[in-house]
Amino acid sequence: QARKKYVLLGLCTCCWLLLYYWGGLQECLLGLITHRRGEVARPWPDWLDRVLLPDYADQAELQHGGGPGESPRQRQQTWAGIYKDSHCRMDTCFDFARCQGQSGFRVYVYPPEKGERVSESYRKILTSVAESRYYTSDPREACLFVLGIDTLDRDQLSSQFVPNVDERIRGYPLWNEGRNHVIFNLYSGTWPNYTEDLGFNVGQAILAKASLNTEHFRPGFDISIPLFSKDHPQKGGERGWLVRNTVPPRRKYLLMFKGKRYLTGIGSDTRNALHHIHNGKDIVSLTTCRHGKDWEKHKDARCDHDNQEYESNGWELPFSDVIQWNQAVIEGDERLLLQVPSTVRAVGIDRVLALRQRTQMLWEAYFSSVDKIVLTTLEIIKDRVYSHISRNKLMWNALPGGLLVLPEYSTHLAHYPFYYLNLGISPGQEFTAVIHSTSPLVSQSQPIMKLLQVVSKSKYCSQIIILWNSEKPPPHRSKWPPMPVPLTVTDGRRKTSSRFLPHAAIETDAVLSLDEDTVLLTNEINFAFHVWRSFPERIVGYPPRSHFWDPVKRAWGYTSKWTNEYSIVLTGAAFYHRYYHHLFSHYLPSSLRALVDRTLNCDDILMNFLVSAVTHLPPIKVAQRKQYKEMPALQGSKTAPWANPEHFTQRQECVNTFASWFGYMPLVHSQFRLDPVLFKDHVSVFRKKYKDLERV
Amino acid sequence: MCASGKYSSRGPALIPRMKTKHRIYYITLFSVVLLGLIATGMFQFWPHSIESSAEWSLDRRSVHDAPLVRIPVSSPIPERGDLSCRMHTCFDVYRCGYNPKNKIKVYIYPLQRFVDDVGVPISSTGLSREYNDLLSAISDSDFYTDDVSRACLFIPSIDVLNQNSLRIRETAQALAMLPRWDKGMNHLLFNMLPGGPPDYNTALDVPRDRALLAGGGFSTWTYRQGYDVSIPVYSPLSAEVDLPERQPGPRRYFILSSQTAIHREYRVELERLKEENGEAVLLLDKCTNLSQGLASIRKRCYKGQVYDYPQILQESSFCVVLRGARLGQATLSDVLQAGCVPVIMADSYILPFSEVLDWKRASVVIPEEKLPEMYTILKSIPHRQVEEMQRQARWFWEAYFSSMKAIGMTTLQIINDRIYPYAARTYEEWNNPPIVKWSSVNSPLFLPLIPPRSPGFTAVVLTYDRIESLFRVITEISKVPSLAKLLVVWNNQNKSPPEELLWPKVAVPLKVVRTKENKLSNRFFPFDEIETEAVLAIDDDIIMLTSDELQFGYEVWREFPDRLVGYPGRLHLWDHEMGKWKYESEWTNEVSMVLTGAAFYHKYFNYLYTYKMPGDIKNWVDAHMNCEDIAMNFLVANITGKAPIKVTPRKKFKCPECTAIDGLSLDQTHMVERSECINKFASVFGTMPLKVVEHRADPVLYKDDFPEKLKSFPNIGSL
Repeated sequence: QARKKYVLLGLCTCCWLLLYYWGGLQECLLGLITHRRGEVARPWPDWLDRVLLPDYADQAELQHGGGPGESPRQRQQTWAGIYKDSHCRMDTCFDFARCQGQSGFRVYVYPPEKGERVSESYRKILTSVAESRYYTSDPREACLFVLGIDTLDRDQLSSQFVPNVDERIRGYPLWNEGRNHVIFNLYSGTWPNYTEDLGFNVGQAILAKASLNTEHFRPGFDISIPLFSKDHPQKGGERGWLVRNTVPPRRKYLLMFKGKRYLTGIGSDTRNALHHIHNGKDIVSLTTCRHGKDWEKHKDARCDHDNQEYESNGWELPFSDVIQWNQAVIEGDERLLLQVPSTVRAVGIDRVLALRQRTQMLWEAYFSSVDKIVLTTLEIIKDRVYSHISRNKLMWNALPGGLLVLPEYSTHLAHYPFYYLNLGISPGQEFTAVIHSTSPLVSQSQPIMKLLQVVSKSKYCSQIIILWNSEKPPPHRSKWPPMPVPLTVTDGRRKTSSRFLPHAAIETDAVLSLDEDTVLLTNEINFAFHVWRSFPERIVGYPPRSHFWDPVKRAWGYTSKWTNEYSIVLTGAAFYHRYYHHLFSHYLPSSLRALVDRTLNCDDILMNFLVSAVTHLPPIKVAQRKQYKEMPALQGSKTAPWANPEHFTQRQECVNTFASWFGYMPLVHSQFRLDPVLFKDHVSVFRKKYKDLERV
Repeated sequence: MCASGKYSSRGPALIPRMKTKHRIYYITLFSVVLLGLIATGMFQFWPHSIESSAEWSLDRRSVHDAPLVRIPVSSPIPERGDLSCRMHTCFDVYRCGYNPKNKIKVYIYPLQRFVDDVGVPISSTGLSREYNDLLSAISDSDFYTDDVSRACLFIPSIDVLNQNSLRIRETAQALAMLPRWDKGMNHLLFNMLPGGPPDYNTALDVPRDRALLAGGGFSTWTYRQGYDVSIPVYSPLSAEVDLPERQPGPRRYFILSSQTAIHREYRVELERLKEENGEAVLLLDKCTNLSQGLASIRKRCYKGQVYDYPQILQESSFCVVLRGARLGQATLSDVLQAGCVPVIMADSYILPFSEVLDWKRASVVIPEEKLPEMYTILKSIPHRQVEEMQRQARWFWEAYFSSMKAIGMTTLQIINDRIYPYAARTYEEWNNPPIVKWSSVNSPLFLPLIPPRSPGFTAVVLTYDRIESLFRVITEISKVPSLAKLLVVWNNQNKSPPEELLWPKVAVPLKVVRTKENKLSNRFFPFDEIETEAVLAIDDDIIMLTSDELQFGYEVWREFPDRLVGYPGRLHLWDHEMGKWKYESEWTNEVSMVLTGAAFYHKYFNYLYTYKMPGDIKNWVDAHMNCEDIAMNFLVANITGKAPIKVTPRKKFKCPECTAIDGLSLDQTHMVERSECINKFASVFGTMPLKVVEHRADPVLYKDDFPEKLKSFPNIGSL
């Protein structure tokens, strides 16, 4: 019995323990639940009377928006009185009325005074302005003024320091307290503390200054520009030094510091700290502490840096108005310098890859030459003046960069050939054929008649425009054959460059540019159009040409011989985006277009230069049945001008003239052509979609 | 616990009675007791747990229960906001530090009711519903921390959304009394209605030391760029009225002005515009004949005609948002909600979230001076762009304006992006509406670069045990001028690769990598041995490609480094009968894939294939021992939005389809399996990323009537 009693007792205890354990388990569970809730726990209470809480503002008051406020006119006057000098904004310190004239945005440069010493860098800046398409020599139509006085170096100890600037600018009748003036500056202040003092009163002028401090930066008014040396090229400029996207994107050095005295004002504390993170292996610091002339071309440094790291508190990054720097550099805080290595290492390879390419893109678009720096400055101001016709952030930050995107053409991204992928759309399904016609219409068997037939048969053709460039007036409508698509005849005013005028009638994304004597098949057109839709930013054409460097003549050469590679396709038959018409007519200088008109030649070469400069890519040659224009005798037309050797020399000269305007050779070679998938394959002809391309 | 203690004391008391009973009774009894105990336990414990969870949700109290804090008259007042403050001068980044999650931690002060020394509260409203919503949203987010010492950002629970309800001096004193105030360092204040009559300052007038200000209605003079955050003025109407999204497109009115407080001078201008353009312009004002109250808020009138507000906004393409005494207008939020493109005319106004949002894609900003030209300016905008702006406007509202939560989260994200710039959201993430995000692609190799020829390419040969064929492939490839290295991926674990002596002698380094498992994905592993950008993936039985063809393929790849450049092409087709995708290997006029039995591509895609392949595709491929090439084609097309390039003419490949499955001939089941792969992958990617093209790349002079010996790549297309 006693045993039973114990057993009973034992069992009882077991039960007890079990229960206890179970309770504990529950407790544990409870803890788990509440703990999990604890992570998302909201110590901000869920008030019982939440619904009874008052609105933050009376609805009527909100809609009233604080009332109409004071008279706008009055306000404008008060503002102009208060917000000037260091509080300048475009609204108060810029005279918009000056830019509203017929001539639009025009920039005037004060003529240099006699005996004026102008530094190499400033001379380059002035040249850039004078050669830009905004230059005017008439101060009355100018919207913006650039000083003739060299204000780049305001270090009193510098040999290039120009004294008495204050007095001289006050003497200018157009100075007007600096309104509508832009002042370029690279160095300010002097040893030892390098203040932002320019040594003269800038007044209401826009300051385009390198290494601007955020504290003195007038947002939306001043422009931070990159520091450049006197050796910085005027035009063109080197491409970035990134030639390949190696994966993993690690280089020998992970992080580099190049000593820069002026740029950042990195103090000695920071530099000491930099020494701490220097580990001699993948993080190196090359400090140039030599005071004086040793400033770094910081943008060049960019090119060989691995991960761009800008550590400079209070430095307004160049063109920060429009460039989104966080997509291109890793910004660090000077105070967190010691964390930089871990930060940099933590950046994923996809990001590094993107950052590195982005730096290259920005360098090529805005920094590689003085021209680009100056033009960017002007374009930023122009975007502010005409804010409703300006570039959005994507245009500034995506390829090909803001300078090549002219908002006067359109502010709509889908109207450009560059953003299709970004917007997730594809180019339009139709094209407009523009036929360049120079010979009068005499017979119905002329090549142009055949061409019209062929083009209009393409199901992608939406309309045909005949650019009438003959000396005879265009024939009556009835002379043209009936067409399934609309046919327009436009007067080209006998200018060769008019073939690339942005005719308002062109509404399709694609343009098919044709010469009147072009011989093509409908299928060839269709195939090329298909190809163009895959490469909407390039020229897609048929007959190729090539350029080469002639080491004997030390000049560029041009060849129409059959070669294994090409860099030009003739625009006598080519597809391209209609935006290039706008660029051709508005981006290129009138001098180049005048050259084209004068020589009646080279228009196609210039177009190829332009498109390759924009894309950095070669054009695309597609398959064709016959060798276009290589046929010995073309009936019905006068002697072909291209048979003339002079014509050929001219083209050679054109290539060199164009290259010198661009500052480099934008043309790129390609080694392939695109053929239909089954082109000349040994499969049944009935399988082939483009069988007639193979017929001879 | 104590409850069960009670039971245990009862336990022993039962024993004496049980003596006389049989054993079976004991057991029964025990069971009963046990059950009873368990049951009681449940009863005892469940209520307990409910009680404790109730405790955890922090007692549903009333706002009025918050502790009362009396502010002494002499309590210090913070300094006025310092206009030169920037993140690096007025913000203590050490509190945020390096953080693997790259998220700032935000602390919210518990609610207190501040009163001055005579007991008058500092604010006439106290905690408003909107501010409460904002704080709850933050405390629900992963920004929140309840640990003061870990916090990087502090948010006071003092509601300063509307300056009009505040007593400036006392509010400032209350702020300074916060335990962690420390000159306002790392404190964030939310204010939507700054200033007060008559001059209406554009920033909160409450002195606040170095505190960051998220303000609605900043002007360019008060906004500290890179420090403050410009936020919208929240419109409570949006919570009350449900405006379903409208398809973008032309609407009944071209321009609509719905604001009630427009300065007379501007109203005159607007009326003139209306006269000139008639029906296209609708100019509304408040209704004078309606009784005051809620009804009048939701109505607008024009010459006695009554319109519903904000519904009427949906009837117009453009809606005018003019400045009033304040720069920030709640109307902007209503207008965006209606998908109407705002025409913002408020000089010097810093648009909400302008640090990250590209307003040029969602609005038209016109200087006030140009009000008379508004109509012409708006007319010059292409229709398609207006539609895109309408869509964009609606998206901005949905993502960033629609609730206090949206506004609060956006503000914190912006500050977060500044502190961890290397993890910042991109332009596309901020600005592209979901539908665009879905279809848009940003190629990882977007820079137009033609890499130099010199480093050449690395050939990666996947092999199992076909040594003879492998050796022939190696010998053939080694003749290609640009070959830099040969990498043999030995996928057979049961057999060692042949001895070094037996391998063919080649001029370039040859390396054999033995794999741990026989997986198809091994061929796409980003081996460190691959030092070039270009990779040639080649099967161990592709012996028919000539050296010219391979070299030409490499040259073409250099011009398309972001694409797959391969030899045999394939196509996907939509099978209308079956309603699904079909794989096509016949010689067609189109190409959407190239087989990776012989293809050039960038090494980066090896990374993507190995580490970033969506869903379970990688495992699926390894399990089925098939379709790794289709998966690669999907991956590349999806991330670049571009089609592959097929090079050189048709070639008789020895059963290119069946290289993966040894010796099996091209048969129907194989094709079915490949079709299944396409359907499977398309469902994982959620779309069909493959692009169809009709072209292939040939040498410029291919089949041209030109001396063969002068051609760079004469030996192309031989069978």
